[in-house]
Amino acid sequence: MSDNNQNTNFTNQEFKVVGSRPERPDGIDKVTGRALYGADTYAPGQLVGAILRSPHAHAKIKSIDTSKAEKLKGVKAVLTSKDLPDLVGGAGPNYDILVNCMARDRALYDGHAVAAVAAIDENTARKALKLIKVDYKILPHVTDVDEARKPNAPIVQPGTRTANVEPAPTKDSNIAARNQFGHGDVDEGFKQADVIIEKTYKTEQTHQGYIEPHACLASVGPDGSGELWVTTQGHYTFRTVCSTLLGLDIAKLKVTSSEIGGGFGGKTHVWMEPVALGLSRKANRPVKVVMSREEVFRASGPTASTSMDIKIGATRDGRITAATADLRYQGGPFPGMWGLLGAMTSFACYNLPNVKTVAWDILVNRPKVAAYRAPSAPMAAFGVESTMDLVADAIGMSPVDFRMLNAAREGTRASYGPTYGPIGILPTLEAVKNHPHMTAPLGPNQGRGMACGFWFNFGGQTATDLNISTDGTVNLTIGTVDVGGSRASMSLIAAEELGISYDEIKCNIGDTNSLGHNDTTEGSRGTFSSGMATIFAARQAIDVMRERAAQKWEIPVEEVEWKDGEAHAVGVHHSNLIPLSLKEIAKASPRTGGPIAGHNETVADNAGVSFASHICDVEVDPETGSTRVIRYTVVQDAGKAIHPQYVEGQFQGAAAQGIGWALNEEYIYGEDGRLQNAGFLDYRIPVCSDLPFIDTKILEIPNPDHPYGVRGVGETSIVPPLAAIGSAVSNAVGVRMDHVPMSPPRIRAALKAQAASEKAVSAG
Amino acid sequence: MSGVHVTTTVNGDAVEFVCPPNEPLLDVLRNRLGLTGAKEGCGTGDCGACSVTVDDRLVCSCLVLGAEVEGRSVSTVEGMADGADLHPLQSKFIEHAALQCGICTPGFLVAAKALLDRNDDPSETEIRYALAGNLCRCTGYDKIVRAVDDAAKDIRKAKAKAATKTAKAKAKKAAAK
Repeated sequence: MSDNNQNTNFTNQEFKVVGSRPERPDGIDKVTGRALYGADTYAPGQLVGAILRSPHAHAKIKSIDTSKAEKLKGVKAVLTSKDLPDLVGGAGPNYDILVNCMARDRALYDGHAVAAVAAIDENTARKALKLIKVDYKILPHVTDVDEARKPNAPIVQPGTRTANVEPAPTKDSNIAARNQFGHGDVDEGFKQADVIIEKTYKTEQTHQGYIEPHACLASVGPDGSGELWVTTQGHYTFRTVCSTLLGLDIAKLKVTSSEIGGGFGGKTHVWMEPVALGLSRKANRPVKVVMSREEVFRASGPTASTSMDIKIGATRDGRITAATADLRYQGGPFPGMWGLLGAMTSFACYNLPNVKTVAWDILVNRPKVAAYRAPSAPMAAFGVESTMDLVADAIGMSPVDFRMLNAAREGTRASYGPTYGPIGILPTLEAVKNHPHMTAPLGPNQGRGMACGFWFNFGGQTATDLNISTDGTVNLTIGTVDVGGSRASMSLIAAEELGISYDEIKCNIGDTNSLGHNDTTEGSRGTFSSGMATIFAARQAIDVMRERAAQKWEIPVEEVEWKDGEAHAVGVHHSNLIPLSLKEIAKASPRTGGPIAGHNETVADNAGVSFASHICDVEVDPETGSTRVIRYTVVQDAGKAIHPQYVEGQFQGAAAQGIGWALNEEYIYGEDGRLQNAGFLDYRIPVCSDLPFIDTKILEIPNPDHPYGVRGVGETSIVPPLAAIGSAVSNAVGVRMDHVPMSPPRIRAALKAQAASEKAVSAG
Repeated sequence: MSGVHVTTTVNGDAVEFVCPPNEPLLDVLRNRLGLTGAKEGCGTGDCGACSVTVDDRLVCSCLVLGAEVEGRSVSTVEGMADGADLHPLQSKFIEHAALQCGICTPGFLVAAKALLDRNDDPSETEIRYALAGNLCRCTGYDKIVRAVDDAAKDIRKAKAKAATKTAKAKAKKAAAK
């Protein structure tokens, strides 16, 4: 089995342990079944919670009769929206969450929660759900992003007037907001172009597809204090949102993040947790709620489906003169930031004199959309990168050379506003151009594509504690969750700073009672921001240890420096002072001033933007339209790879999700507005036999705003695959796909249409 | 619903439980026996997170009833390590970073062990198809396939070593005679 993973070093900073590949500290727990996930804990007297969901895409809830369910033996609480009064003022993001976790006057999508029960066991809970009578009046619905924009479309949320439009609209519509970015004069730019390509694209809705369904164990006492054990990317955010919706004091709700069985953005959002807490409060018993896979698909947020028009103009020598994007993103029945993110990311890879992107946020009767790995970027990139290939082809340049010529550089004004510092788009393109994959021979019906992707990355509020034990081992407590091995990265960072061994660090994920607020683990921020806070916490602990040494030596602290895990007295006149190790200082700590600790509370600003370029080979079966990825290479800038093995893992996992999105995955709705494929059998994510090895190349162009140069690595590589595969299909069988996923029926239809048009041309 | 009394073996230990006749083995393992290593990812046999073996046959425990394992032998991820000694697959999964979130890992380990128990020298394709019933959303399977391949190497080495030892012992015994 080949492994041509190689790392390229762009940084001169020298590290002792950062960049090595030790085994993760939670490895044994996770290979022996000992690790506890969302559904793996139990409380004395615990009840089973279950949720009744709307079978209709859009319906008025005339009445809910829960009397029979309440009388069933073993039922301890029944909950409807009446038990969750509006404490947030009837509007805004928290109100949307409240409405989404339990429908009020209307069910807004197939799967929308309408009532819930807590009972002594699963069988009783299911039986009780069947006894709840909901009187619905079915309303007209709309699930397609383009249909929803039409003037006569059923209105999903009465009162919606498009934001950021002048003059302000006077009529309701499903267009929640308009957002625009760009600079220059695109009309003037297109006049200078020799070639202009304009094309419309569509992408279908996909789900993050984490293998662990949402699960929690909630317990609220009559004194208004509670506990929530939950699988989440953001236990602090969950605490704030749940407390706010239920009227609890924030400090009195302790939220513990379980081990998390995948999130990819889908566990940044509160779904049924307020319902579990509400049931527990009503029953005065702990309540466990675990979503079924069907509920995960129907009622937890997938990403947006989109349609878009992309237009790019260039001169014959390959300079882009103007580019525009008109993007339509649906957010389910609630306004979101999905179009906005699409408009910001679409042209972020390129240095454009004239660029304009306009995004429209559209409401439909589908589940509330949540973040999915680099949210909104892959769809826009599919349109933009596919069009880039068409322009390159029209002017006779190679796709890589065309992109290199127009790539953004340090000092480029990004299409979404800021001016870039040192960035990695050009190095990733150079690495692609020189990669042996680019020149490997292809067989019949095989084709190669390449594409680029961008993601902002995020920092945010972070709090971290580092405590040194008397034996010199270290407890590091962080508030971002470990989604994919970050305990290992944090331990490496602490070991690097303190100068002790990786095995002497124990990294814990703190619950909400043990640290200050930490923003949700999203935007690839875990290693960037908790890593930064760990560095500063360790440096604070080092300052304490320097003071202890200075105290012992009776010299000024300025004359003590920390090196290789020891306090050293600086200067020739101190040459008689033998360095004091961390262990010695820690051991003496009870008599020298007490516990030694460092902590850091920060807003980690300036996460470094990240770029990736991918190469993909596919083989298309022209008869069935079935497409297989036969070779795949990811090149991405990590800034600095703390634990390269897990960085590679992020690249590979993101590419695999992109491959699934490109070829197979989509939400399929019937005429009745119901989701037809709410299960892993019919919503097919890539399995082991679908994929080849995914080669990776880590570039390290340091982020100047992080002490180690870290950017963020989790998301960027889901951005290029849709377009890379689209171009590979085009190069394999000559049809340019404009609709994702490129499932066998769509490719077959495209091949048939192409054959028909060729026939018509030859007949004409 | 009156319960069914079941006597069975789980990870080598004699076990008794009472469960409703419609209760899946997965729920019995998790909720009655405290073995939460097997996970429910779908409940419909599509994801493999609940993989266990029943009399050495690989099954999705969400599709087997608890009442069906009367008199049988069930093995779960909790029974894979020999005390403090991890199974080669467990060690190689950690070494190769073949897990990210880890929720699918117990199922993959059980399924991979079922493969290596019958074929200790599988090709890449054989590994990929043997594991096609287990979904992983984090890794793209790359490092999982490498870990299984590497574990198979270790297992073959251990077997060869054991065989040489037995042969040597036999030869010694024969020489003594």
